[in-house]
Amino acid sequence: MSISTDIQIEFIDISKSYDGKTMVLPNLNMSVRSGEFLTLLGPSGSGKTTCLMMLAGFETPTSGEIRVNGESVHKLPPQKRDMGMVFQNYALFPHMTVGQNLSFPLEVRGMAPDERERRVKRALEIVRLEGYGDRRPGQLSGGQQQRVAIARALVFEPGVVLMDEPLGALDRRLREQLQLEIRSIQRELGVTMVYVTHDQQEAMTLSDRIAVFNHGEIQQVAAPETLYEEPAREFVARFVGDNNLLRGTVHSVDGEICKVQVGEGLIEAFMVEPLEVGAQTVLAIRPERVVLSPSMEYSNTVTASVDDMVFQGDHWRVSVTTYDQPEFVVKIPNFIGQGGILPGDRVRVGWTAIDCRALPEENLKAA
Amino acid sequence: MANSLTNRRLRAALLAAPLFVFVSVTFIAPLATMMMRSVYEPVVAESLPETLAALADWDGRELPNEATFRVAGMEFIALNERRALGSVATRVNRLESGMRSTMLGVARELANDPPAGAWREAMIAADEDWAEVSSWLAVRRAGERITPRHYLNALDLDRGAAGEIVAQPEDRRIYVTLLLRTFAISAAITGICLLLAYPVAWLLAHARPSRAGLLLLLVLVPFWTSLLVRTTSWIVLLQNQGVINDLLVALGILAEEQRLSLIYNMTGTIIAMVHVLLPFMILPLYSIMRTIPPRHMQAAASLGGSFWQSFRRVYWPQSLPGVAAGSLLVFIMSIGFYITPALVGGRTGQLISSMIAYHMEQSLNWGLAAALGAILLLLVVLLYLIYSRLVGVDRMSLS
Amino acid sequence: MIPGNSAKPGRCRGCSTVFGLLLALSFAIFSTAAGAQTLTLVSWGGSYARSVERAWVEPFMEETGITVRVEDYNGGLAQIRAQVETGNVFWDVVDMTTPDAVRGCDEGMLEFIRLEDLPPAPDGTPASEDFPPGSRSECAGGGIVSSTIVAFNNELFPGEKPSTLEDYFDLEKFPGRRGMRRVPVVNLEFALMADGVPLERVYQTLDTDEGVARAFAKLDTIKDQIVFWEAGAQPPQMLADQEVVMTTAYNGRIFNAQILENQPFTIIWDGQVQETSGLVIVLGTPRLEIAEQFLEFISSSESLAAISKYISYSPTRNSANALVSTHLDTGIDMAPHMPAAEQNMRRALNSDWLWWADNRDEMNERFAVWLTR
Repeated sequence: MSISTDIQIEFIDISKSYDGKTMVLPNLNMSVRSGEFLTLLGPSGSGKTTCLMMLAGFETPTSGEIRVNGESVHKLPPQKRDMGMVFQNYALFPHMTVGQNLSFPLEVRGMAPDERERRVKRALEIVRLEGYGDRRPGQLSGGQQQRVAIARALVFEPGVVLMDEPLGALDRRLREQLQLEIRSIQRELGVTMVYVTHDQQEAMTLSDRIAVFNHGEIQQVAAPETLYEEPAREFVARFVGDNNLLRGTVHSVDGEICKVQVGEGLIEAFMVEPLEVGAQTVLAIRPERVVLSPSMEYSNTVTASVDDMVFQGDHWRVSVTTYDQPEFVVKIPNFIGQGGILPGDRVRVGWTAIDCRALPEENLKAA
Repeated sequence: MANSLTNRRLRAALLAAPLFVFVSVTFIAPLATMMMRSVYEPVVAESLPETLAALADWDGRELPNEATFRVAGMEFIALNERRALGSVATRVNRLESGMRSTMLGVARELANDPPAGAWREAMIAADEDWAEVSSWLAVRRAGERITPRHYLNALDLDRGAAGEIVAQPEDRRIYVTLLLRTFAISAAITGICLLLAYPVAWLLAHARPSRAGLLLLLVLVPFWTSLLVRTTSWIVLLQNQGVINDLLVALGILAEEQRLSLIYNMTGTIIAMVHVLLPFMILPLYSIMRTIPPRHMQAAASLGGSFWQSFRRVYWPQSLPGVAAGSLLVFIMSIGFYITPALVGGRTGQLISSMIAYHMEQSLNWGLAAALGAILLLLVVLLYLIYSRLVGVDRMSLS
Repeated sequence: MIPGNSAKPGRCRGCSTVFGLLLALSFAIFSTAAGAQTLTLVSWGGSYARSVERAWVEPFMEETGITVRVEDYNGGLAQIRAQVETGNVFWDVVDMTTPDAVRGCDEGMLEFIRLEDLPPAPDGTPASEDFPPGSRSECAGGGIVSSTIVAFNNELFPGEKPSTLEDYFDLEKFPGRRGMRRVPVVNLEFALMADGVPLERVYQTLDTDEGVARAFAKLDTIKDQIVFWEAGAQPPQMLADQEVVMTTAYNGRIFNAQILENQPFTIIWDGQVQETSGLVIVLGTPRLEIAEQFLEFISSSESLAAISKYISYSPTRNSANALVSTHLDTGIDMAPHMPAAEQNMRRALNSDWLWWADNRDEMNERFAVWLTR
């Protein structure tokens, strides 16, 4: 299953304000490819849900244009947009059976009864709820209700499926299971999916691409591993996965590699974008890329004092103080073991220049 | 174990006892008394035992014999001395107008001058109505201790000379007409209330909390206003020379002589009662609508439903419990409404309650009032049963 | 929900009756006899009640030191019946129309009043000869004569003004809506008189089915134009609002509107129907002695005549008529405004309370049927 490069949905210079003063979305440009699973990821209040609601037609942009398949959808009411939507609390109709819930979108499209029945049956098969057609939503568990909501959004074969934090109300285990199911359904049907979540783990699991939102602005749109390995902005580095962040000044530049002055030490880092000598920068280093007692090929090594050690199953989480900064985290895979160190010990830690990304400093409010 | 259960039950029963006593004293007992009165009329039977015994064997075609006249005359005199004949005479008078003074007159006259010889001649001489068979039939029928009479009357029926059930003459048929009218007006009021209340409740339920509070206040203000003030305002607004008519004439919509009759008729009753009862429709609707997530209409729209399709299939069915509760409340309340129709109903806007009040207050025919009340109660209960079968009581919510 | 001011529309008579028994019951349980020296007088509300307070209650309290509490009601026997039947009487003296008094007397709810106990006239005529014969129930003491008349608003008749009872029924000559009390009493009499039945034959005519039909047929001729009223305060209001061009009304209410409010109303005395009312004592009252004292006090010619200082109702005693003087607040000579004034009596019918006591139930029923048609 490949994703085409055809662009299906475009947000062009979209801005949105509810009260005419505060901009929820100042200026948004984004596109979704046909057949793609795109996740809008961000903390609450970052504008991702507003974005989804505008796409669905429940909110109107203050300015700008949304195009679907090249056509502006401004004048289209929600029911004409051909988008299946899954809501946060499912929004199943409690007075209808599961079958009737699924049948509703087909009925309003004037579909013949036997065709409706066939499609409903098929949709229930897809979400593995065969035989539940006569139950009422109230008789189902949360996970089952969620599957019904998904089936309902798929049953009329819409061009796009939108999901607004659909798994937020479920417990962790069920959430993970449904994530996989949603993913496989989407891959199987090839339907374009726009998915909103604040859970970066979920975004990673599901998405072809993730758009990271903060304060109404898109920070970065990229595939999950790119986003993880190559965060382009400080916010992304903070929000996606764990990162050790060190602030410093660019000391010298050599091609894509620069030396950054942090406290009294110099750290070699990879420049995400060109930086001038003397510029302020933030270095992002993944904890799992830091090693204890590094060998000579690690370009950056420094002495640190161990503050705390926690065993977390697959790894040890060691927090150390270095460059006068506490809470510098090192993750040691459990097959290596903690190597007999104790809190208060002084250790050497190191990482390569390529695992240390120098990002332009941003004026970030709390992420 | 069993002991503690018994104890607990006992305690629960004791806790509920005050309510039970209260309901018994204030509701069940008066209701039972009234029901009793609708079929049980012992006054005449207890007051005229011998006369009634004598009349029991009478054929009802020719005048009773001398012995009957004598017993009756003596009982009338004795009762009048105890000041008890009036209430007996009033009851007989209901069956035959004029019997009140016929009985009281003969008792007064014969007491002063008791007949030495024939009572029959003496009584007929005192009041010639005693020569009418119908007078004696009235006495005999009024003496029935347990009687379906009030129920028959309440349904515009009566008993003929031979005891068969016949329709009342046309100029005395009223209760069935009024009952039907009461139900029709109540249904109309319920319908109008629903039409007006539904959008308001919708607004209330889905407005921002601050605005919803203000709206709710507006809904409740009529609740807190004295009926007198409201009635006066209706009169000011609706009367022939009132604000609305003046406005319509001033705007040239109506000519001076085309002024609408909006009050002192059925229109007045409906307008005023809709106003009074509107909150009873709005509040149950509102309380139900608040539980319907606004997301449902969005979901229905996203699934392709137009506004009307979504409303009809998704919102309306979920609001039905409120619709059912509000309608039932308004309908039952309007059936028993008395004061508003009395004030603004004029000639054509009167309900059955006006007749019940009349019989309670003016004619003191409590038996007939009770029978009318019982029929009303029965119809309402029947209606409720049908209704709950259709809607389902469990789906009805009185907020 | 229902305010208890009977002077205006809005008294919940239905409620009060439905709970009559209950009320009596609760009084039986909770009342601790409201003081032996407090007398409860029940009368109609509005301007009449104020007249009663000023003419009778205040002088009586001043003279005897007995407290009199005045309550309002809207007529009828229901509450009294409930009190008498449950044996807990808390109304002592009640102002009552003669047909109600006759009926209450017959049914044994009221005390007999012996005329010999009432004070003689100023010239020494005993009370038993001072009341016009047949004007009083055996259970009633002194009271008033009120009159139902037709009144109109001058402003609505710039040209020829109506002057007879016939004009009330003449829609061609005087088009416009008519106010009418929603009861058969008086209205059936009006209809027959306007239809040409002489005064002395009115009740004879009503005794026959044809006569009743004739009365209703006459009412039919104006039925579409009738606006019904129930409380005595309504007709002057309807005239002032120009909601009707003419209305039947109690003469005292129209008088008050004319004199106290300067309304341009005119009374048509032609065809007036006079009704009497009197004060009665509820049988079994624990305050019988002071109730009798009160009745005796107000039944004197002077007391009865005193009412006419405040409202244009005639006293029931012949000797009291001569004592009628001027309106206390305005100084107007009251004599020409009295129902019993000679110039107002050219065609005046005395309501036959005996006929109404016998036929009221049936007539009310037929009237109700007529209303719904």
